[in-house]
Amino acid sequence: MTHVLEVSGLTTTFTKNEKAFKVVDDLSLYVRKGEALGIVGESGCGKSVASLSLMRLLGKNGKTEGSILLNGQKILSCSEHEMQNIRGKEMAMIFQEPMTSLNPVLTIGRQMSEGLEKHEGMKRAQSKEKVIELLTQVGIARANEIYHEYPHRLSGGMRQRVMIAMAIACNPKLLIADEPTTALDVTIQAQILQLIQNVRTERGTSLIMITHDLGVVAETCDRVMVMYAGQVIESADVRTLLRNPKHPYTIGLIQSTPHRSKGQKRLYSIAGSVPTPEEYPQGCRFAPRCDKAMPVCLEQNPQLLAVDQASDCRCWLYQEHTKGTAVNA
Amino acid sequence: MTQFILKRLMSGVVVLFGLSVFTFMLIHFIPGDPVRIMLGQRATVEQIEALREELGLNKPLVSQYVSYASGLIQGDLGTSLKTGRPVSTEIAERFPATAKMAVASLGVAVIVGVGLGVIAARFKDTFIDGMIMMFSTLGMALPGFWLGLLVILVFSVHLGWFPIAGGTGLLDIVLPALTLGTLMATALSRLTRAGMVEILSNDYIRTARAKGMGERIILLRHAFRNVMIPIVAVIGLEFAGLLGGAVIVEQVFNWPGIGTLAIQAISSRDFPMIQGTTLFIGAIYVVVVIVIDVLYALLDPRINFSAKREGA
Repeated sequence: MTHVLEVSGLTTTFTKNEKAFKVVDDLSLYVRKGEALGIVGESGCGKSVASLSLMRLLGKNGKTEGSILLNGQKILSCSEHEMQNIRGKEMAMIFQEPMTSLNPVLTIGRQMSEGLEKHEGMKRAQSKEKVIELLTQVGIARANEIYHEYPHRLSGGMRQRVMIAMAIACNPKLLIADEPTTALDVTIQAQILQLIQNVRTERGTSLIMITHDLGVVAETCDRVMVMYAGQVIESADVRTLLRNPKHPYTIGLIQSTPHRSKGQKRLYSIAGSVPTPEEYPQGCRFAPRCDKAMPVCLEQNPQLLAVDQASDCRCWLYQEHTKGTAVNA
Repeated sequence: MTQFILKRLMSGVVVLFGLSVFTFMLIHFIPGDPVRIMLGQRATVEQIEALREELGLNKPLVSQYVSYASGLIQGDLGTSLKTGRPVSTEIAERFPATAKMAVASLGVAVIVGVGLGVIAARFKDTFIDGMIMMFSTLGMALPGFWLGLLVILVFSVHLGWFPIAGGTGLLDIVLPALTLGTLMATALSRLTRAGMVEILSNDYIRTARAKGMGERIILLRHAFRNVMIPIVAVIGLEFAGLLGGAVIVEQVFNWPGIGTLAIQAISSRDFPMIQGTTLFIGAIYVVVVIVIDVLYALLDPRINFSAKREGA
């Protein structure tokens, strides 16, 4: 099986006041060709930083270590110039905030065509034709007029469509969507997810969907990884994870999703909040909020190990069954 | 857009009317009598009274203002008490020199100031940034007349590269323009750097990076225009100030501009000339502020004067 993306031991460290904080800690993952991987977690769990690390868009403050292989190419040893040829061409990103992610003083056409001009060597006239074609593909009517418009004339949903069109312009092998629907109205959310799905199936693009919403994952992804406090705590295919979650955090996450048919009176919630990197506990990072915590949980952080054929889990509850079986990738 | 400009011009007229009343009052409150200055120490009381009568300076202030204002409405700025020539002619003669220097200084200021600001932001927190910011602090601390005298001393007296002072030719303009331009550039570079640093942290800059855009395109295409929006206002007001005459630097370089004219008018209590230059400078500000607003709309597509938008 060919992997479009293979990440192992990805660790991103931020330095604040001369103290180093691992915001992403030893993240390993792979994405097959045409596959959709979901990364789920609460705000502050490191999922956005992880995605920016993949694109090497963190700037000077974040330091990324480990290995990222995109089609066999070592991303972390690329020069900045090589990265510029990879970004937008080999992998592209859709961001959370469509309202602020487009430049207010440049027309939609200008912002969309510059990638085509850089990566495909198109001239203005060619790229214009292509941009209008792309805009039409992502469901924007009057693409001819929108080409000349400025972002402030477009609604949030339209702008996110433009962002998607922009991301797929050069046919990237990997698309990273960082909470692409969070800032949108519910009705628009479904449309945008559907659009991402269509793009994926039409073009065979691999997708990493970063979200806090298990519903989005259920809708769009093949496999899913749950992140907590900078680490992956559970990884499985979507069906398994939703039907048979292993980690107490995942179980809590699923229980805290509103469900129409269950008729529950009060929505379950996990007490407390994600610790910041400054305050990660010594043992399991979820232990302070976990209702199944045992003495060992507070002392030592468990490994991410295969629980069975379908799931990997980082929890002491399952470690005895799997003693010594280290998980690769 | 036209409607907007017309509206602003109308309010500009009101501003200028207020300005004329205010300067008129102020001039007559300051001590010193133009007639005595014109006639000198040994003039007799009869001579003084006669000249006062002739110039209309013995009438009550209100009627003096009314006759001045009625002339103003017809475009007549009055006659200089000192030279006996129309004020408008005097200003028109001086303005080209001032305008030349204003344009040259502004050119230097924008190229040096904005350029250094962009470079400092690009190399934020590095040695280059530190040097540029040091230069800018130094420049802000230097008084204009001191820098002017220094460059005259170095480049004209010692090196002999440029004429010392007096002319208004191309070579004559270099030193005053460099002096004024550099001083203006210092503040501008700080402003540009701060604006650039802020703009570069925006989401849309990250989007541009995610598209694979290089640093040069990000700075020049994506960030620069956004930075220019706040900076244009400052540049415009500085330019208006320059067009109104850079009094001190004009004095140092003996530049025959509006600034020198205004200073001379005040020291000889040349009432119509003081009025005229003040109103002229006021009018420049009114026009420049309107131009700034129009430039805003050109730079920032979100600003719209009318319901109908122009095409991109």
